Amino acid sequence: MAKMLKRWWPLFVLPTALSFLFGFMIPFVQGFYLSFCKFITISDAKPVGLDNYVAAFSDPQFANAFWYTALFALVSTVLINVLALAIALALTRKDLKGTNSFRTVFFMPNLIGGIVLGYIWNILINCALSIVGEQLLALNSTAGFWGMILLTLWQQVGYMMIIYIAGLQSIPSDYLEAARVDGANAWQTLWKVKIPNLMSTITICLFLTVTNGFKLFDQNLALTAGEPKHATEMLALNIYNTFYARQGAKWMGIGQAKAVIFCILVICIVMIQLRATRSREVQQ
Amino acid sequence: MKRDKVINKILAVFFTILSLAWIYPMVMILMNSFKEETTITTSTAFDFVTSENSAGFANYIAALEKQGFLAAFGYSLVITITSVALILVCCSMCAWFIVRVKNRISNILYYLFVFSMVVPFQMLMFTLSNMANTLGFNTPFNICFIYLGFGAGLAVFMFAGFVKTIPLEIEEAATIDGCNPLQTFFHVVLPIMKPTYISVGILETMWVWNDYLLPYLVLDRTKYQTIPILIQYFRGGYGRVEMGPMFACIMMVIVPIVIMYLLCQRYIINGVISGAVKG
Repeated sequence: MAKMLKRWWPLFVLPTALSFLFGFMIPFVQGFYLSFCKFITISDAKPVGLDNYVAAFSDPQFANAFWYTALFALVSTVLINVLALAIALALTRKDLKGTNSFRTVFFMPNLIGGIVLGYIWNILINCALSIVGEQLLALNSTAGFWGMILLTLWQQVGYMMIIYIAGLQSIPSDYLEAARVDGANAWQTLWKVKIPNLMSTITICLFLTVTNGFKLFDQNLALTAGEPKHATEMLALNIYNTFYARQGAKWMGIGQAKAVIFCILVICIVMIQLRATRSREVQQ
Repeated sequence: MKRDKVINKILAVFFTILSLAWIYPMVMILMNSFKEETTITTSTAFDFVTSENSAGFANYIAALEKQGFLAAFGYSLVITITSVALILVCCSMCAWFIVRVKNRISNILYYLFVFSMVVPFQMLMFTLSNMANTLGFNTPFNICFIYLGFGAGLAVFMFAGFVKTIPLEIEEAATIDGCNPLQTFFHVVLPIMKPTYISVGILETMWVWNDYLLPYLVLDRTKYQTIPILIQYFRGGYGRVEMGPMFACIMMVIVPIVIMYLLCQRYIINGVISGAVKG
């Protein structure tokens, strides 16, 4: 059958492969090449060697954005996963009424786009700040950071909760039964039975939240737009601003170089994640 | 056992309160969307709607008439439907081919697709928007090809994962009965893959409908705005921003989504779970 199918490739593979070539491969390779060039449009690109990378690494705003993003990813990952797992554990209890409606409510914010979410929270946080008498988001970087955390919690706790619930439900009930017969209390059951059996789910969720944290753009743009003075600017937004908000020919190349660095960073995180999952699979 | 019951009661109360807090941001927008323009200020956003500051449906009418809401909604709808349909049809065919025809090219293609899932959009935003402009992909009707290229990674990956679990005998039987590959695919493979179509469709819909940066950079902004672009435009808008109509716009964006969600909740949640397990 494979032989016969082979002749049909123009119909089966070509549309996707062509779109992929133009929508991903060519821009990717071109982008990589342009990171070594000075340019305003693609046709006037002049190779400049590693200048863009040197400039990107010596840009204090970029370094600031990197540490800010790393801190944000760390805090949001820990909080999201702890809260999501706690809610998932509570919602999978026997005889708790209304679990389905709670689940529905907690998941809902995921369907609303990042821009709209960011805007809603911008209004809400500004109102709260003005009632307390603090400075508004545009001048208040501490509120900007925790506002972003709150917003991501609101959005992603429900998502991760769904995945944790699925993981918890796939633990064979014999295990829990056996633990109960052996006289384990709830705390022991959690640490000795549920969490070890949940490790693959936890890895997936950790990975999803870390990459989401690093790639975050829409929410950042809509909530604070990097104000005040780029203090709440994350990596993705920093790259975007380097491209489109700065004047002068050299910034395009630097922006592209930053994008390549960012891309490599994300790929590294994914590789670490893959390795972690693999080694755990071997153990089981 | 009695202790369990008490804990359940406490939890039920706690989660009820938490759920109310969870939907409060949306309720706040809803209330503000009915207020009169002059009564909307930063410090009174939490206030309830009363007979004094109520504007009735004036904000909604303004949003529909002046702010280009309907056009943006229409463009978003067109882009989402064409892109997701294209992704589902093309990527499922491509994934089936890649899994069934084993050679070096199909292997390379598969790994390239997987690789593309990892790459952040910032890496290609400049070159991609440039190419879209020169090749004429900057209209809501052509942008779906870019979405096909960019969304192919996840879709091919999920479809291929499922195709691997389909026993080859079923397809061989169809071939012996005289089906050509196209017939085999549409009459045999496609019905088996239905659950995957739903999962992929939901994940891609959530992505395309809410995507901001790609259409913002690729589309000809002077002519076409999608919903996220419209909302962001209000925000960075020039001159005085009309808050009331903007709240009305946000509500009109959220309400259809919430209705859709309540109607096909089971599919959406299953889609998210299968996406996470495979991703």
